[in-house]
Amino acid sequence: MTDPAADRRDLLAALLGPGEPELTCEDCFELLDRYVELELELAGAAADRAVPGMRAHLSGCPACRDDHESLRELVAAEERRA
Amino acid sequence: MLKAAGTGTVRRVACQPSATPSPARGLDADSRRWLEDLSGGGHARDAAIARLHELLLRAARFEVSRRRRALPHLRGGDDDDLAQQSADDALVAVLAKLGSFRGDSRFTTWAYKFALYEAAVKLRRRAWQDRELPLEPDGWSFIAAAGASPAEHAAEGELLAALQTAIGEALSGHQREVLVAITLNGVPIDVLAERLNTTRGALYKTLHDARKKLRARLAEDGFEVPGAEGRPT
Repeated sequence: MTDPAADRRDLLAALLGPGEPELTCEDCFELLDRYVELELELAGAAADRAVPGMRAHLSGCPACRDDHESLRELVAAEERRA
Repeated sequence: MLKAAGTGTVRRVACQPSATPSPARGLDADSRRWLEDLSGGGHARDAAIARLHELLLRAARFEVSRRRRALPHLRGGDDDDLAQQSADDALVAVLAKLGSFRGDSRFTTWAYKFALYEAAVKLRRRAWQDRELPLEPDGWSFIAAAGASPAEHAAEGELLAALQTAIGEALSGHQREVLVAITLNGVPIDVLAERLNTTRGALYKTLHDARKKLRARLAEDGFEVPGAEGRPT
């Protein structure tokens, strides 16, 4: 079931982007492994403080967001398996 | 207004990779062993490369499996070929960049991202091959529909209408094309980059600049938006 208000918010967010300083795609890739481990070791806010601009970029770039979710899922799965 | 964007570009805000040549957090024992084995010679290096390929293949298969559900129109049977190709390409990339590994994460986490990236790009390209990219604003009607909301959301509707006007008037043709393709029509940025013969980074810069123009235009029109500069009082 769709939520029209949420759809509007998503549309505005996609069109207007994060509106704050953010990493480039290249820097995002460079720092993604560190960020994911910090996210899994610490609270999300601590990871955001350690890698400024990452959260904003992930909210604005769908491809990097996908890459982030994949790495986080894989590393979490490996840690559960270990 | 929530917060003004600092500059007109996508900024490098911290942690430049080459700024600190030594490991920032110190290497764990497993990562150190990977580096020693891969940097050495003879049978130990060959064995380490084989282990690394296995690790990358496991990551590539994870990615293919994860995304496969969202790409039901992909032909079956190609999945493992795609994972193998991704692992092969990732192995080349990891070995080429081995000297840049600083130990900010475990070696395996660092290596995984190359395999995931290769698999994700190949899957996105596979999903869009032979398809014409929708660069025209089919999303206009979506914006209009989204703006046609009940009275309690009238302000949001006004903002969407102003945004539609701004997309038409404030952006260059290239900016509009990139914005529409990526944000309204769901074209993956690396697929668009390949078709336009440019890079993902260059396209994201274009997208960022387009968004900045839109925020500025909306602010000029009196709307409260995050990241807009020079909003008139």
